[in-house]
Amino acid sequence: MTPSVRTPSPAGVMTLLLGAMLVAVGCVTINIYFPAAAAEKAADRIIDGVWQLPNGQGGQAPADGDKQ
Amino acid sequence: MRTLLVGALLLGAAGHGRAQGNLEIDTPAIAALRAAMQQRHQQIAAHYDAGAVGLTADGLVAIRDAGQVPLSQRGRLSALVAAENRDREALYREIARANGHPEWREQVQATFAQRWIDKARRGWWVQRPDKGWAQR
Repeated sequence: MTPSVRTPSPAGVMTLLLGAMLVAVGCVTINIYFPAAAAEKAADRIIDGVWQLPNGQGGQAPADGDKQ
Repeated sequence: MRTLLVGALLLGAAGHGRAQGNLEIDTPAIAALRAAMQQRHQQIAAHYDAGAVGLTADGLVAIRDAGQVPLSQRGRLSALVAAENRDREALYREIARANGHPEWREQVQATFAQRWIDKARRGWWVQRPDKGWAQR
């Protein structure tokens, strides 16, 4: 091994820089991207409250419900 | 230099994690809207049952068959529907805003539209994407 190992090669620095930039760009993209799954979870929580549905109830709603 | 870059990478990764959590829905404005809608539901539910009011494809409610309601009560029904839609619009707007992205409002609304319909009680009327009504 030569002492030059200590200083990263220009290519190495470039790779790292590029990686950091990609991650940064990815973050911006993800933060702007609409979090569909989280929104659905939030909607479910709110709808269950407004309609007084038992927690965690999925699509099929109270089929043979109490009211009617 | 290298430490700095690795630090930046780690920070970036942490940022990613945040985006996958829950949406913020615990603000005073949203809580007030939820409470108002929950209270109103006790009056509006009978109209869903009767088919007078249906759930629209865009996350609101609409009078589907006013004939189900006596003439003398139709003004009240309209007011009820209007108030519900005002709160729903405000709810979608507030959720988007509470999460720092007012521009998400339409997507929040579309998400709710689907979930209201998915969770609708059997017998309630829901609007299809082509605007026609279908009974659950």
